[in-house]
Amino acid sequence: MEIRLNGNARDVRDHITVAELLKELNIHPERVAVLVNQEIIKKPSYASATLRDGDAVEVLTVMAGGWGNGDESL
Amino acid sequence: MQQAWAESGAEIITVAIRRMNLATGGSLLDYMDRDRYTLLPNTAGCYTTEEAIKTSFIAREMGLSDMIKLEVIGDEKTLFPDTAALVEATEVLAKEGFIVLPYTNDDPIVAKRLEDAGAAAVMPLGAPIGSGLGVRNPYNIRIILEMVRVPVIVDAGVGTASDASIAMELGCDGVLMNTGIAGAKDPITMARAMRHAVEAGRLAYVAGRIPKKLYASASTPLEGMPELL
Repeated sequence: MEIRLNGNARDVRDHITVAELLKELNIHPERVAVLVNQEIIKKPSYASATLRDGDAVEVLTVMAGGWGNGDESL
Repeated sequence: MQQAWAESGAEIITVAIRRMNLATGGSLLDYMDRDRYTLLPNTAGCYTTEEAIKTSFIAREMGLSDMIKLEVIGDEKTLFPDTAALVEATEVLAKEGFIVLPYTNDDPIVAKRLEDAGAAAVMPLGAPIGSGLGVRNPYNIRIILEMVRVPVIVDAGVGTASDASIAMELGCDGVLMNTGIAGAKDPITMARAMRHAVEAGRLAYVAGRIPKKLYASASTPLEGMPELL
């Protein structure tokens, strides 16, 4: 089946769980937060949260700082 | 970046929540010594109350912290906060047990509203994010310091060392900066400068400066002046 993963289409096997997807991506669950169709999935539920065709999945982590520089200098 | 953190003497590092690069699987968590630094997740990029609240819950679900640097941006060009949305989001998050540190403007009334809404600190901007203009309205910052009891941290606009010193001399409890260091030609040296600047400003504040006067007052008494001519 096809899901959207971080904005891109991806083919995954039917009934794959969030935990299995992270394993396939080689991602440690401790490093990320996961949303499925804009809902936050709690970590204890990763193994039971089954994805469906067309689901939008976001795998999020921590990035540096806040905003970048402006373009115009005085 | 890690060296700049170390040189700056920073105790808290703020971080944004973004999509992981799935090709590399990298995360800032891989580079951050959590025993050395306290992590402060932020809601950078959020333009609505709902986005900011959602991001805060995501950060907490990741096990990062109960603290949140709350940003609700009102305008793309100035990146000034949408203070109405900010107060609303602060109230919601404080009730949910978050320790809310809102990035706000230098309006003392807004600062008071944020404190009343449950903010654990207020973080007024010195000037627009990344502008390097320093503390544009030190008088408002002083009024904020008088009006609220929670810590006051100048967040945004610090461009060089003297800006950080000025913030601390006013009596602020801390300074938050990113671009001022990251965008410097030599970020590591600038980080070191900022460490000294913050220390100097704080010491000057604690030491109690002389008042500003219009006219001179001689620092050497005339008593004991010889007849010279």
